[in-house]
Amino acid sequence: MAKIGVFTCWCGENIARHVDCDAVSNAVAKLPGVHCSLNYKYMCSEPGQNMIAEKIKELGLTGVVVASCSPHMHLKTFRKTAENAGLNPYLVEMANIREQCSWVHSDREIATAKAIELIGMAVEKVRRNHALEPIKVPVTKRALVIGAGVAGIQAALDVAAGGVEVVVVEKEPSVGGKMAGLSETFPTLDCSQCILTPRMVEVGQHPNIKLMTYCEVEKVEGFVGNFKVTIRKKARYVDITKCTGCGACWNACPMKGKIDNAFDFNLGFGHDKKLGKRSAIYVPFPQAVPARPTVDAENCLRLKSMKNGKELCGVCQKQCAANAINFHDQDELIEIEVGAIVVATGYQLYSIGKEQENPNIQGYAEYGYGKYKDVVDSLQFERIISASGPTGGEPLRPSDGRVPEKIVFIQCVGSRDNAKGITYCSKICCMYTAKHTMLYKHKVHDGEAHVFYMDIRSGGKKYDEFVRRAIEQDGAIYHRGRVSKIEEQTVDGVKKLMVYGADTLSGKPVVVEADMVVLACAMTPTTGAPQLAQKLSVGYDEYGFLSESHPKLRPVETNAAGVFVCGACQGPKDIPETVAQASAAAGKVLIMLSQPNLTREPEIARVDERLCASCGACVKACPFQAITKEEIRDRNGNLVKTTSRVNPGLCMGCGTCVAVCPSKSVDLIGFTDDQIYAQVESLAD
Amino acid sequence: MGTSKRDWKSRVETLAHTRLNDCYQCGKCAAGCPRGVSMKLSPTRLMRAAQTGDVLEGAESDSIWRCVSCLTCSARCPKSCEVAGVIDAMRQIAIEENCASPEAAKIVAFQKAFLRSVRKNGRTNELEMVADFEIRHFLSRFELMGALKDATLGPKMLGKKKLHFKLGSPVKDKAIVKRIFDKCGVKI
Repeated sequence: MAKIGVFTCWCGENIARHVDCDAVSNAVAKLPGVHCSLNYKYMCSEPGQNMIAEKIKELGLTGVVVASCSPHMHLKTFRKTAENAGLNPYLVEMANIREQCSWVHSDREIATAKAIELIGMAVEKVRRNHALEPIKVPVTKRALVIGAGVAGIQAALDVAAGGVEVVVVEKEPSVGGKMAGLSETFPTLDCSQCILTPRMVEVGQHPNIKLMTYCEVEKVEGFVGNFKVTIRKKARYVDITKCTGCGACWNACPMKGKIDNAFDFNLGFGHDKKLGKRSAIYVPFPQAVPARPTVDAENCLRLKSMKNGKELCGVCQKQCAANAINFHDQDELIEIEVGAIVVATGYQLYSIGKEQENPNIQGYAEYGYGKYKDVVDSLQFERIISASGPTGGEPLRPSDGRVPEKIVFIQCVGSRDNAKGITYCSKICCMYTAKHTMLYKHKVHDGEAHVFYMDIRSGGKKYDEFVRRAIEQDGAIYHRGRVSKIEEQTVDGVKKLMVYGADTLSGKPVVVEADMVVLACAMTPTTGAPQLAQKLSVGYDEYGFLSESHPKLRPVETNAAGVFVCGACQGPKDIPETVAQASAAAGKVLIMLSQPNLTREPEIARVDERLCASCGACVKACPFQAITKEEIRDRNGNLVKTTSRVNPGLCMGCGTCVAVCPSKSVDLIGFTDDQIYAQVESLAD
Repeated sequence: MGTSKRDWKSRVETLAHTRLNDCYQCGKCAAGCPRGVSMKLSPTRLMRAAQTGDVLEGAESDSIWRCVSCLTCSARCPKSCEVAGVIDAMRQIAIEENCASPEAAKIVAFQKAFLRSVRKNGRTNELEMVADFEIRHFLSRFELMGALKDATLGPKMLGKKKLHFKLGSPVKDKAIVKRIFDKCGVKI
């Protein structure tokens, strides 16, 4: 016999203003199974909770209904109260008479009647509740970090410092990501290399970190605490355990100084064709970790000749004293087991002039990027003014290697441009453009740095002061307005770029005859981010940025349990924010892996395997890939039947499978059809 | 090749003792200006013109002569720019370059008469100043009605003791006055 206690809350005046709580208490006391019915001003307060606990103990209640706010607000609170008083927490239900009643009705009589009905429904449900136990899932104490830019490096170092083994997978031959190529960083102008390279070295040497460069995630199986990840180790043609990084190979390569370097964003200079170019066997930059070369199969003469059955060149192999070069190297698949995954795949710049990966986004033909050599994007400019860049930090323009006397910087290229398809603000361009003007002016004192901007967004510690410094002390000339077009013209035998813009502050068109133009273009996720998200069952937006679980309260978690995000793969952000988020993700990983078992809510789907026809509708519908087809065999190994089965470690209890099952053989524990029909039927009485 | 925009900008900065790049165009100067409504180029726009080196555009405008030098703009500027100083600098440049707006001829004549009187006496002598102003303005425009209209105000102002008949009572040390004028480099 059910003994249910109903506890109605006034929520101060929130509920009591429009609901007659005494009348409600009296009416629901008469419902079948209700053993006691009380009301109180603040049920969630300590005296309120004590009232519930006392009644559970005193009357031996078998179920509790708290009629108050949304279960999102206080279900956990009241379940805890019941548990402390000795009642299984899953025998507690809430009737939401605040958000769904008193807050949306002004007629006291109608609101009171509705509150009674809502409580009646909850009583019917709780009569059919069963005591449940939380699910325990074992955990593999190892984490995977995907991407080794500043975000991945920070996350890996923090997890490793917590005593947990970390596998870091990076698709490029070296760790460091975009930050390794930056010049100096705002707002302090400290050199990017100086602050990042020590960390890169640490990632390469940490005893808890297994670094896998030139590798990509191929496949992800399993679930929180127990992921099985297949990693593709791309053929590098160099055995990095044998290689000493002496450099004999890349200095001997006949392709030396002929190949575009992706690390320098394929910059080339008209006055010195070899500047910024690399060889076919190469390290992307001198500070690379691991400082071991990779053979670029597309450009290596030997590998190209091998396709035709010949064996040309091979100079590097002859030079290598360590015998580390193997032209027969193949891609390898490696399987690892991890408990948690941190995604830190970062960003790339939107391709301004060229065709786009995303068909909804258009380029800027009017800025002549790709057509005029002296129109560069901001990451290329970073390399041009970086001390570690191809020019050694001398600001030379690509077309003829002259020092530009006038540079125009254009902000919001791609960003905040509805017509081109990107509506968001890329957040960091205002800051790095101010930085660019400063770095340029520090090198070319009488040069002119013109900036075209729409707004200056410099929120952050010491950020606005930084922008003002660029304007007030370094004399950057800011024009508020967009640029309409850029044209190349030859003035006195020198190529100039005519920049047609506007200054809305003085209400006039502005034309600048520039030597060079730098486009601060939109940040977009790296190529392949959506595909990776699909492998991980993580949501992503229309641009491919990965979705966090909650924008404010769960900023590094994703909807896939055990998968965390940090850095620019989740949205545009600067280095301080990225590092903070990476540390946050690492913290979450350590919390998860610090327990022997994971505890999960037991309110998940269960398949009645006797009824299941194994049609697979649920397998397809499940957004978390929690349902698989399984075979049931007898003791002799004969197939009895196939059935769907829910993995309790993955199921999030959304109920989609219940809705699609044609044979009604799936049910959601704690929200069974039986319970829901009983709730609906209670309204008919 | 005339004066470059950069030169114009630094000329204003020297005259107004302010750094033009400090202005971030918030508009507070224009918002508080009691004469703002009658100015085609508001104080904010004049600041922008100075900032971009388009100083002559400001100097040639009628707007700079509408300013009554109440200094509200400078007092309220969040970046402590000398907005009124910049407008003053533009007026000085307008006179030096002989490019003051013809629409503001009367105001320019009045200001010149005022300064001449101060330079001569160390303080203003109303009657002398009024006579100087009316004659010169009449000579420049041949507009008799204006002068006659102003003349009818004379008795009223005398009655209210706003005008005094005493001719000349210059300050004792005229050398100091001269030094002030020389130091400011005002050419009137």
